[in-house]
Amino acid sequence: MPVNKKIRELQEKREKVLLGGGEQAIEKQKAMGKRTARERIMALLDENSFNEYDLFVEHDARDFDMDKKSLPSDGVIIGSGTVYGAPVAIFAQDFTVAGGSLGLMHSRKITKIMDHALKMRMPLIGINDSGGARIQEGVNSLAGYGEIFFRNTISSGVIPQISVILGPCAGGAVYSPALTDFVFVVDNISKMFITGPEVIKTVLGEEISMEDLGGARVHSEITGNAHFFALSEEECFEQIKKLITFIPWNNGQKARMFEPGEPKPEYNINKIVPEDPTLPYDVKDVIRAIVDNSDFFEIMELYAKNIVIGFGRMGGRTTGFVANQPLEMAGVLDVDSSDKAARFIRYCDAFNVPIITLVDLPGYLPGVDQEHAGVIRHGAKVLYAYSEATVPKLTVILRKAYGGGYIAMSSRHLRADFVFAWPSAEIAVMGPEGAANIIFRKEIMSAVDPDSMRKQKVEEYKTKFANPYVAASRGYVDAVIEPSETRKFLMHSIEVSENKDVSMPFKKHGLPPF
Amino acid sequence: MHAKTDRTVMNKNDKLEFLNIDTSLYQTRISNKFRSRKPYQPADPKIILSFIPGTVLDIFIEPGQNVSRGELLMILDAMKMQNKLKCSMDGKVKSIAVKKGDKVSKGTVLLELE
Repeated sequence: MPVNKKIRELQEKREKVLLGGGEQAIEKQKAMGKRTARERIMALLDENSFNEYDLFVEHDARDFDMDKKSLPSDGVIIGSGTVYGAPVAIFAQDFTVAGGSLGLMHSRKITKIMDHALKMRMPLIGINDSGGARIQEGVNSLAGYGEIFFRNTISSGVIPQISVILGPCAGGAVYSPALTDFVFVVDNISKMFITGPEVIKTVLGEEISMEDLGGARVHSEITGNAHFFALSEEECFEQIKKLITFIPWNNGQKARMFEPGEPKPEYNINKIVPEDPTLPYDVKDVIRAIVDNSDFFEIMELYAKNIVIGFGRMGGRTTGFVANQPLEMAGVLDVDSSDKAARFIRYCDAFNVPIITLVDLPGYLPGVDQEHAGVIRHGAKVLYAYSEATVPKLTVILRKAYGGGYIAMSSRHLRADFVFAWPSAEIAVMGPEGAANIIFRKEIMSAVDPDSMRKQKVEEYKTKFANPYVAASRGYVDAVIEPSETRKFLMHSIEVSENKDVSMPFKKHGLPPF
Repeated sequence: MHAKTDRTVMNKNDKLEFLNIDTSLYQTRISNKFRSRKPYQPADPKIILSFIPGTVLDIFIEPGQNVSRGELLMILDAMKMQNKLKCSMDGKVKSIAVKKGDKVSKGTVLLELE
């Protein structure tokens, strides 16, 4: 069948542009262990679901001989498609075209797809792989970044925004990912920093490699800038797809329902938590003993491990989990863990995800470094986030809940809708040792044998106060339940919270301590 | 339940240490950040440290010299700025730990007063 000449012309034009920066540049990209921008989009989206826009966009720069240079698609690919059927808008910077540098038209393509995502109320995925600003385009390039940051901010809390760092992302460019909800990084591929190793060396005389300065591990373990760490692009895409299944498409919806399934029997909820409150266990096992199919999708797994956050499903509904982790730093709250938890709580609240909080903490981490790092201000974020959240809030006190930590961890007083406690719960103003030392100081000091007197008084305090019943007698705890009843109580609570409706006093916005 | 199939049993190789919170000792893992934190030391006004990483551009004093509060001691070139280091108290220069042209990191001892 003869192909119409004009159609053939389109096909030829497309073919030329689809090669991006050309075969040599593609080879270089592959040598770095990286896929091309289009391959990445294809790997992430459902088969044949990608519609590309602005394929023929070209830059309009004249200075520095730029008018003689052709940059196919201006170094960025935009379009929309689906992930497991969910609509997503996507852009991917093409490093093979002028190093993925951001010029005016490049930025206009990105802002076009961002506007589209916001208007259509669908998630936005941005794949970053760029050397930074296109210096030849001067202030136009800065304007481009500014337009992107503005849209990131305006879209925040309306549509989910996901950033994938698959190459360098340096200087001002890092602020787009930093403004989005979730940042994905891949070992040895992702590099993020404000000022690079070269500048640091000349200005400060400090030598450091790119990887040690702003590699994937650094941002996953030390800075907390990244939420998901993967060893390969492939693993990273699987993580993104899984995340998409847990989140709603916009803030006016709830996440999709999935077929519910019972937790796996190997997570035996009666055997996980040791009775002695000073002994550790992995709280993720408690979560897995509660959620559908024992499928817990952890976020920020490597950062501030003393608190665990992530998604699971309860009866098919997406639920956010926040849990103290006694296995790491005794599960204390500190600067980093407060920051981590508070942001996640606000995410859940913005996107209609109920929050289940599992409590087992001795309090806050003592130390000069903590106080000087502002643990007051950072710790306050947790109180703020829980208090302002209007999504269903369910709390289970597993064991210790002492002092300020008890209040902070979604207590009744911050308007938890349901507070349950296990019989092993110890809800008290502080740990028995500390409390006995203060309350019975005189008796202990004046005793013939202070040590045995201290032990006796600690035991006395434990029997009287280290239990859930004092709090239950005031109604601060709604029910003392057996561990094996936890899932049943939580599922019911989420069900009856389906139409929760509370109103807050009008304000332009609050002033969370950040 | 048999230990092999019971996934709730913690790995015996987990390295556990003790952390003291409110006089209770908790068995737990200790983070690298906590382990590598710098123990607090009160500042000694007689030891002048570089407050920023940079290069020593000029030194205006010598060991044994009497100095008074507000006197110019050194110029530290850092972040494209020439920072004047002035004396915070009256005293005598005990020793100078750097020379012109030295690159210093933040917190390096520059000189000591007595």
